[in-house]
Amino acid sequence: MPKLLLQLGIPACLIVLVGLFVTLFDPLESFDTELPPDEGLKIERGTTESDGIDVWVRGNGKDPITIAQVQVDGAYWSFSQTPKGELTRFDSALIKIPYPWVDGETHHLAFVSSTGTIFDHSIEVARPSTALSLGVLGDLALLGLFVGLVPVALGLATLPLLRKMGSRGLVFSLALTVGLLAYLLVDTLAEGLELAADSAGIFQTDVLIWVVAALTFAVLMSLSRLQKKPTSGIGLATWLALGIGLHNFGEGLSIGHALILGNAALGSLLIVGFTIHNLTEGIAIAAPLTKIKPSIFIFVALSAIAGLPAIAGTWVGAFVFLPHWGAIFFGIAAGAILHVIIEVTRFIKSMKKNEYNPFSKSTSYIGFGAGILAMYATALLIQV
Amino acid sequence: MITKLMQTFISRRNFLGTTLTLPVASTALGVSAIAAEKTKDHSENTHSKHSQIDKESHGGHDSNTTVGNVDHERNGFDPHKILTDWDLGKTHIDSSGRRIREFEMIAVDTEIEIAPGIFFPAWTYNGRVPGPTLRAQEGEHLIVNFINAGTHPHSIHFHGIHAARFDGVSKGDGLVWPGESFTYEMPAEPFGCHLYHCHATPLKRHLHKGLYGGFIIDPDPEKHPENIEAARSRVIGTPENNQWQEFIMVMNGFDTNFDDENEVYAANTIAHEYMKKPIKVSRKRPIRIYLINLTEFDPINSFHIHANFFDYYDHGTTLTPTLKTVDTIVQCQGQRGIIEMSFANHEPGKYMFHAHQSEFAELGWMSLFEVVDNA
Repeated sequence: MPKLLLQLGIPACLIVLVGLFVTLFDPLESFDTELPPDEGLKIERGTTESDGIDVWVRGNGKDPITIAQVQVDGAYWSFSQTPKGELTRFDSALIKIPYPWVDGETHHLAFVSSTGTIFDHSIEVARPSTALSLGVLGDLALLGLFVGLVPVALGLATLPLLRKMGSRGLVFSLALTVGLLAYLLVDTLAEGLELAADSAGIFQTDVLIWVVAALTFAVLMSLSRLQKKPTSGIGLATWLALGIGLHNFGEGLSIGHALILGNAALGSLLIVGFTIHNLTEGIAIAAPLTKIKPSIFIFVALSAIAGLPAIAGTWVGAFVFLPHWGAIFFGIAAGAILHVIIEVTRFIKSMKKNEYNPFSKSTSYIGFGAGILAMYATALLIQV
Repeated sequence: MITKLMQTFISRRNFLGTTLTLPVASTALGVSAIAAEKTKDHSENTHSKHSQIDKESHGGHDSNTTVGNVDHERNGFDPHKILTDWDLGKTHIDSSGRRIREFEMIAVDTEIEIAPGIFFPAWTYNGRVPGPTLRAQEGEHLIVNFINAGTHPHSIHFHGIHAARFDGVSKGDGLVWPGESFTYEMPAEPFGCHLYHCHATPLKRHLHKGLYGGFIIDPDPEKHPENIEAARSRVIGTPENNQWQEFIMVMNGFDTNFDDENEVYAANTIAHEYMKKPIKVSRKRPIRIYLINLTEFDPINSFHIHANFFDYYDHGTTLTPTLKTVDTIVQCQGQRGIIEMSFANHEPGKYMFHAHQSEFAELGWMSLFEVVDNA
């Protein structure tokens, strides 16, 4: 015990000594020049309301920032700030500007700090924003169903077909799943990083997203490795549904956010596109189920796990979305997807040991390629 | 994927293009509240729905304003006082019988509040922007004692008639270094509405930082017998001049983020100052404005009066108007002139004047005369 104290105590004392030396003698004083204040302001959300433009801002610099004036379209405009006063790092406030915005047109905002620094934000297409109501939540839920639950359920319905393909077909469909997931992983990270670029720099979201992804991956891996045997069957399908569900939550966030801010219009062709694109997610969940005959409730549960988060996502995205939260969710989804990629691959490997198939090797690579290609091809449907 | 997709919608052109080709979710899915309107109706919409804001919350013209008030005491100068505080210097008659007028000028770095809450690291003459309005009379001999207490070399370049060594330009030895001083001497001519500014380089930076001011030379009535009444009315302190309500207005702008564009415009520095506290004038006495354009970056500035017309004397170097009965004039950088007008036949009320570049007006160069029976 005294030995442990010594081992802890020596480094601790040294740290204190270094700290004292630097603060007392200030050896790097020459670098500590007087600079203008490092002000930062992140505009996190701007909406057009019946009484003007509402903007949520956040202090995003080392030093506090005071919003002295607001310009809209190059004109000083009256505004109110709640809460009032300077914004220190992480502080957020709501700025209300009674500006007569024009439907369907672009408006440029400039926040002028007390030092005259300008922070810009554009309302790209001003649309009447939608108030929170049961009707709107219902509409968004319907949208979430078409983007999440319906395609997953339709994908699961391919199970009888998968069953007919025998063990080589099973390897193929599982490899296809890995391909689909690989595509989703890249897509999820890309979306998350895009949102990270949009969020306040002080959160370091561009780093945080990787940290969150890695932590999620580590936690899920440690959970699924509690049992020695490779996860298979309903267990594997559930992990798949969970990872895909997290991804769909993120997708819902983006859709809800863009729609409610009037940044997007969803045509019915586009909805069909989403349904086809996300149908592949259902195939992925179905792949580990070919050898068993689960009850209908299992299918319902799997569809719900993978599909329903899209509805929650549209709600959150529409009314409480902030870019850094969006990025963090995409990070969680990426970690979860990486986890199921590992699990499905492990399952394929174990299968090959049990039921040797001379074609399995090339089959799995063809399946993997086909999976990525399928995602890319269906993605074209939703790329306008 | 979705984020990218949404961004394709984001520019307005794409927004319109997309809704043109796609059926709309509101009908297909019942997502009525959130989906876009049909594009077929869009041209109608832009006409019928110009403003989406309800009437109660649309504050009208008053909403186009800076919020709050500038602390003139902290600034050390008040734009309402600047309007009329002529710096007449000190005069004496020298041995040869010449009238000498002597001014004191000092360049100092001063932080000034140019709009409520916006602080600008200015370079000033005598701690104010615009600098003191020097006022002399035609034929006098002028002496300007200049001290540079700033951190950069400066000078005073007068728009007047003088010798090359008093021109205050950075070519040659016209610069006065920090801690040094220099005395400018020149005759007061020609009469008119003139200006001075620092001519150190980089010129744009030295100008927009605030080193400029008005330089008015009143005509000597004896020298202008053909227009002696007009000349007398311009001589500060005479009974004829007291009939007039005279103001100096220096049109200027401030580039607060150093992007070579002005964020704040005004007459006499403080954005919207004369909107929030209108300039009170009597309808019974005519108004004379010495108007000088010292705006940087923008090639021109302008002056427009509401509900009235005026006579204009370009450079103020004539006693008969160079433009009669106009309500808008334009001045390039460094141009100036005299505006004369009257509200004698108007009903009392608030009359607007401002730059007729809406951009400048909406960024601060917007003002009011409050016309009253007696002021």
